[in-house]
Amino acid sequence: MGILLLAIGFGLGYAFGNGIAGLVIALAIWAIMNLVAYFQGDSILLGISGAIKVGPDDHPRLYNVVEEMKIAAGLPKMPDVYIIDDPALNAFSTGRDQNKASVAITSGLLEKLNRDELEGVIGHEVGHIKNRDVLLMSLCSVLLGTIVILAWYGSRALIFTGGGRRSSRGGGQGQIIILAVAIILMILAPIMAQLIYFAISRKREYLADASSALYTRYPEGLASALEKLGAATGELKSANQATAPMYIVNPFRPQGRSISDLTATHPPLAERIRILRAMAGASYADYDTAYQQVHKGGAKGIMPATALAGAGAVGLRAAGPESTTRVPEPSRVERAREVGDLLWQKSGYKFIDCECGTRLKVPSNIGRATIKCPHCGRTHNV
Amino acid sequence: MAWWAWVIIGIVVVLILWFFGIYNGLVRLRNQVKNAWAQIDVQLKRRHDLIPNLVQTVQGYMQYERATLEAVTKARNIAVQAVGQGPAAQAKAEGELGGALSRLLAVVERYPDLKANQNFLALQEQLTSTENKISFSRQFYNDSVFNYNNRIQMVPSNIVASMTGFKQGEFFKVEEAEEREVPKVSFEQPKPS
Repeated sequence: MGILLLAIGFGLGYAFGNGIAGLVIALAIWAIMNLVAYFQGDSILLGISGAIKVGPDDHPRLYNVVEEMKIAAGLPKMPDVYIIDDPALNAFSTGRDQNKASVAITSGLLEKLNRDELEGVIGHEVGHIKNRDVLLMSLCSVLLGTIVILAWYGSRALIFTGGGRRSSRGGGQGQIIILAVAIILMILAPIMAQLIYFAISRKREYLADASSALYTRYPEGLASALEKLGAATGELKSANQATAPMYIVNPFRPQGRSISDLTATHPPLAERIRILRAMAGASYADYDTAYQQVHKGGAKGIMPATALAGAGAVGLRAAGPESTTRVPEPSRVERAREVGDLLWQKSGYKFIDCECGTRLKVPSNIGRATIKCPHCGRTHNV
Repeated sequence: MAWWAWVIIGIVVVLILWFFGIYNGLVRLRNQVKNAWAQIDVQLKRRHDLIPNLVQTVQGYMQYERATLEAVTKARNIAVQAVGQGPAAQAKAEGELGGALSRLLAVVERYPDLKANQNFLALQEQLTSTENKISFSRQFYNDSVFNYNNRIQMVPSNIVASMTGFKQGEFFKVEEAEEREVPKVSFEQPKPS
C-alpha cells in the first residue's frame, strides 16, 4: 500500500507540476499520521470506547483468564484489562507492541460467556497482540486513510486546475497519457487500497482464531463463544469504521454474508465456527487443513508460511476428564451480578449489605450521613 | 590485490555473518526456554503458597477428610523440596500434588456449606486459575523446548550448535496417569464416624 501511496503522491505532484514535491507531501502526511497512530492509537481507541480499567481484585476470573492466555502465548508483559459498559457482545485488543498492549471486553459479553468460551475469546485477542496485528492494521488503516485523502484532493485539483498544464506547454501526446494514467490511478487506488486492507484484515482474523486454538488447545471454546456472538443482534455504540478490524466480530454488519464478500473486515462467523470445529489438532497446520476442508474448491491454505514453519503436532485438550475436576462455574445470573457490581463500584458507588439481605448501592455524592433500607427500614451509616 | 582475493574475502565475511546469525538465533531460543522455565517456577510457587491457605479454610468444614487433607499437605511439602532439582524430578512431585489437589476439590462437592463460603470461592478461583497457569506455562515451555531442540538437530544450525556447545532442552512431562485420573465423586452421604 505504501507504493500505491507514493504513486498517488507522484501523480498528485505531477498535476501540480512537480512530482517530487507531491512525493514529499505524501511522505510527510504519512509520517505524521503514522506517529499519531503509533503513540496515541491505543489510548484514543480506549478513550472513545469509554473503557474502564480492571485490576486483579475487581474481576478475578477475567483478569486470571487474560493472564493465563498471556502465559500460553509467551507475551513478555501482562496486557492491561478493560471492561466496556455496553450490552453489545464484543471484545478487542490494542496497543503498539507486546509490551504495551490492552485487551477490552464489553460487559455484555463478559456476562454471557463461561470460562472456556472466555478463554477462547481472550486467546483470540492475545493472538492479535502476539501476531502484532494491532500495529499492522493501524499502519494499514493510516495508509488507507492517507490514500483516500490524497486521491480526493488529487481529483479535485485535476478537475479544477488540471487543464492548465496542457495549455501552458502545448501538451505532447506523452503528457496526456501520463495525465490519464494519473487520473485512473487516483480513482482506482483508494478502491484497491480498501480491498487490500479488508483482505489483510480477514486473513489476520483467521490467524488470530488459529492462535486462540493453539493457546487454549480447545477450539470448541472459541467456536461456542462465536456462536453466542452470532446469535446476538445490537451494535456496539462506541465502534466506528476505523476501529472495526480490532474487534473479535465486526461490530456493524449483519452476520452470515457470503464468503466471497470482498468488503468485510471479518470472515463470516459461520465459516469461522465450522473451521474451528473441523480442527483435528490445535496447531496452525491443523487450522490450515481445516480451512481447506471447509473450502472444498480452493485448496490454498490461509496461514502465513512463517506460522507453519517448524511447528510440531499439537494435541487437543480433552473436554472430559479435566473439566470434571473443574470447579462448578458461576451461573449466568451470578456472572451478570458480578459484572454489574463491578461497574457500579467503578462509577463510585458504595455497597452496604443490610441484615435483611438487601444490598444498597449508594452513590458517592449522596450528601447524607445515614440511609434507610427501602426493604426493612433499618438505618445504615454511609 | 587480485579480484579473486576480494571474492574470497567476501565469501568469508558472508560465512562469518551467517554463522553469527545462526548462533544468535540459538541463543535467543535458549533464553526463551530459560524464561519459560522461570514462568513455570513462578506458577508452581504460587500453587505452593495457596495450598496452606486452602487447607486452613477447608479444615473447619471437613472433619471426615483428614486423610485427603494430609495427603495434600504432604504432597505439597515434597513438591516444595523438589524445587530446583530439574524438570524430571519436579514434574513427578508436581504431578502427585496435582492428583491430591483434584481429589480434594472433588470431595468438596459433598460440603454445600463450604461451597457457599465466600472466602473459599475466591480461593477456588485462584486455585483453578493457578492450575491453568501451570499447565499453560508448561505448554509454552514444552513448545519452546521443541523449537529449540529442532533447531539444534537440523542442518545447518546443528553444525553451529555442536561447535559452540548447545545442549538439548529437557521436556516437562507430567505423569499421564496422575494427570488424567478422574477422581471418583460419590454421591453418598458422608458416613459419620
